[in-house]
Amino acid sequence: MKCGVVVFPGSNCDHDAYHVLKHVLAQDTTFLWHQDDSLQGCDLVILPGGFSYGDYLRAGAMAALSPVMGAVQRHAEAGGLVLGICNGFQVLLEAGLLPGAMRRNASLRFQCKDVHLKVERTDLPFTNKLRAGQVLRMPIAHAEGNYEDAPEKLDALEAAGQVVFRYSTPAGEVTPEANPNGAARNIAGICNAQGNVLGLMPHPERCSEEILGNTDGLALFASAVQVLEAVR
Amino acid sequence: MKARVTVYPRREILDPQGKAIRDALSRVGFAGVDDVRAGKSFEISLGTDDPVQAEQELRRMCEKLLANTVVEDYSVELLGGAGVHP
Repeated sequence: MKCGVVVFPGSNCDHDAYHVLKHVLAQDTTFLWHQDDSLQGCDLVILPGGFSYGDYLRAGAMAALSPVMGAVQRHAEAGGLVLGICNGFQVLLEAGLLPGAMRRNASLRFQCKDVHLKVERTDLPFTNKLRAGQVLRMPIAHAEGNYEDAPEKLDALEAAGQVVFRYSTPAGEVTPEANPNGAARNIAGICNAQGNVLGLMPHPERCSEEILGNTDGLALFASAVQVLEAVR
Repeated sequence: MKARVTVYPRREILDPQGKAIRDALSRVGFAGVDDVRAGKSFEISLGTDDPVQAEQELRRMCEKLLANTVVEDYSVELLGGAGVHP
């Protein structure tokens, strides 16, 4: 079982994700350079947060065309696990591995704070350690997290159960006030139809250790590790 | 041949930047601005002088990279020979 964290020019949460996998969960973990078109045999691939290519053109647009993304696409199509966090989620959208697009936050402000997330799916490789209806607290830090797609596409996404996390109140109520960026239907995280590719705007890697005062993010990584160890 | 590609948010989608700019315009006294769409413009110099080939190539560029067609529309405008400034 091997984990890989992709490093794009401008990634800045790569070391945090590496630290959680390598030191908190004691997994064999390596960095994957954006210019390589191989995943070096990694079973779990993380696209980390940051500002790949300085957010030139659109957040994630340039990174989506980098050589490593061809390998990520093949890995995803073969059922391999891919987790995109914040900028990594934006890259997955731009690469077409997840549906929809991000726009500037409705407030036009960079939002950096803790939010609450209602868990909608607990049967995925990344969420099997969570409970149905559980509310997680996680930090966000982004200017482009305003998720959007055509209404009929959003309906299809919901019908297929691909909405995994929604911004909510601490009690789990999905309200406009709990939505930090204007995202359609309070969507904070989605998966592909097969459930092996997950993208979310909040940062689970920033809340996966007791010393940080919050461990709500650890379950995402621990779920994936448990799934991969079971099939080994 | 030179060309200009314009990319802007789709009409049916709320454009937070455009709305903020519209509000700012009315604050500084430009009454009667109903709507502002904030987009991007690209000036592109191409090796070809064939307008049909140029337009096809530019549209492919838009679909592949310059625009995100989930939330953006684009238009392509050919500006003529290499010596012509847009």
